[in-house]
Amino acid sequence: MMTSFLFRAMDARAGIFLAIMAAAIVLVPAGNLLVPEGSPFHVPTYAVTLMGKYLTYALLALAVDLVWGFCGILSLGHAAFFALGGYAMGMYLMRQIGTRGVYGDPILPDFMVFLNWPELPWYWYGFDMFWFAALMVVLVPGVLAFVFGWFAFRSRVTGVYLSIITQALTYALLLAFFRNDMGFGGNNGLTDFKDILGFDIQADSTRAGLFAASGIALVFCYVICRAVTRSKLGKVLVAVRDAESRTRFLGYRVEHYKLFVWTLSAMMAGVAGALYVPQVGIINPGEFAPANSIEVVIWVAVGGRGTLVGAVLGAVLVNFAKTWFTAALPDIWLFALGGLFVVVTLFLPKGIVGTFSQGWTALRQRKASADYEAGSDEPPSSPPHAPSATARDAEPQPAE
Amino acid sequence: MTRATSLLYLDGVSVSFDGFKALNELSLTIAPGEMRAIIGPNGAGKTTMMDVITGKTRPDSGDVFFNGAVDLTGEDEASIAELGIGRKFQKPTVFESHTVWDNLELALKAPRGPFATLFHTITGAEKTRIEDLLDLIRLNDKRDELAANLSHGQKQWLEIGMLLAQDPKLLLVDEPAAGMTDAETAETAELLKDIANDHSVVVVEHDMVFVRSLGVKVTVLHEGSVLAEGSLDHVSADERVVEVYLGR
Repeated sequence: MMTSFLFRAMDARAGIFLAIMAAAIVLVPAGNLLVPEGSPFHVPTYAVTLMGKYLTYALLALAVDLVWGFCGILSLGHAAFFALGGYAMGMYLMRQIGTRGVYGDPILPDFMVFLNWPELPWYWYGFDMFWFAALMVVLVPGVLAFVFGWFAFRSRVTGVYLSIITQALTYALLLAFFRNDMGFGGNNGLTDFKDILGFDIQADSTRAGLFAASGIALVFCYVICRAVTRSKLGKVLVAVRDAESRTRFLGYRVEHYKLFVWTLSAMMAGVAGALYVPQVGIINPGEFAPANSIEVVIWVAVGGRGTLVGAVLGAVLVNFAKTWFTAALPDIWLFALGGLFVVVTLFLPKGIVGTFSQGWTALRQRKASADYEAGSDEPPSSPPHAPSATARDAEPQPAE
Repeated sequence: MTRATSLLYLDGVSVSFDGFKALNELSLTIAPGEMRAIIGPNGAGKTTMMDVITGKTRPDSGDVFFNGAVDLTGEDEASIAELGIGRKFQKPTVFESHTVWDNLELALKAPRGPFATLFHTITGAEKTRIEDLLDLIRLNDKRDELAANLSHGQKQWLEIGMLLAQDPKLLLVDEPAAGMTDAETAETAELLKDIANDHSVVVVEHDMVFVRSLGVKVTVLHEGSVLAEGSLDHVSADERVVEVYLGR
């Protein structure tokens, strides 16, 4: 059952994506650690970390694409799940500092000593153990998403209204985490991390390891997303996206389907956040900012909604552009981002990947029908994904 | 007929929207295996009646029972569908970004839970069933076509196919012939008569020629309640029916 479930995830596009990811996971760390500095093939550490950060954004975009692209739930609050996963990892990293903090307290993080807290609050217990923190990385966003989704989907809150309450969710968390009394470092958040699993967090090898871990997490979640969206459940999700009430009249409990995919997506966002924090070295309430969640939606729209690969591509491309713009033309970036969204909405409604694969299909169909008119046996209505040998070997036809 | 022996039993059902009585003390009984045509002018409450039966609208008062025992007013759309009531909408609603095949596969009677569908692999029996349905609704050569690319009549037929795939005890069919050519309308009537051999069917229709070709008992609705009931000839001889509906 499991093998057929995972086997479904594979096709040509998935194969290309996985091959590129495998190459990146091997070559980037190797280029950093094995190739000597000064060689043109050397990958500097800052670039490794930067790309690692892009991969965690890509994973967040993948999570958004799963709910938005396939089930029509436009989440404008996914950065909340990302930040919660990040905080769970940040708490582990804070506990690893031990006596190396400014105040040298073996148990309490610096900000608690500064605020005269006598002891560790109960909700920080267990975060000195990596396995516990890792569990919380998926469990906290997952439980929050489950509870939120349970009420929202059961009350049949959909469309714009759902998007607005997801914004409210992330904004409420932003305000809550700003408070010093919450016990998560308030405005400053959690930072000054020293090591992770015993490795120096600043070391090149740790950076390379975190990059590889981000890549592997992205691949793993991509395969899960593919398997889910290509199963019968995935077909039900698309049915819900396109005609929700019709799906109900077929006997499907739409709210259960939404709850499943919403919770799964939130867990993935949590994993992305947890990998993001050790690479950027800080987590603060700013990550809950409503604008962050909206930016993720733009990445997905640019890359191609409902394509999974598009979400990854969009996240990497837009963030690469952001890195370049904010260094070269810092004042222009927000205009460029806004302009990009407008351009994509107007001219590429299917995003980069959607437009490309649509063009590719049309091209093949046109070629197949040209071959048919030239007397080949291939009928024009044959599936475009399986061109026969005759269609492939035939001479190109002149345009009519 | 009593409630116990009926398949569908509506008694004194009233629904109002902002003071407008869409259904007014409607009482209607469908026997197991029966085919019934429901006619009535616009605003007579035909679609609201379907909404009440399928759980989309809760009645303000009155009883709705299925199979003589199940109170439908306490159930939602999904569980009513699971009980065995299938519905075809007035405007054909198929899943446009799915293929014809996938539309039928989604409708096919099978466990409906998320985990059941997540690990579902299509069985040989299911494939055979879909093949049979494709033949029946004459869309075999369109099986890999997206439903969005079908003509209006083909979408109507696909939706009837989806209804059959659910294998319901009772089919509620809202204006199946709307927008069809005369030839398609005649074929649809034949298809429905075939279906009625082993299902109970309620057909809502405007087209008198179509209703006549079904040749079944007719219920005339007017202003949310039953005006007349009987054969088409019987009801069309009724003066009140002539007045409100046939518009003479």
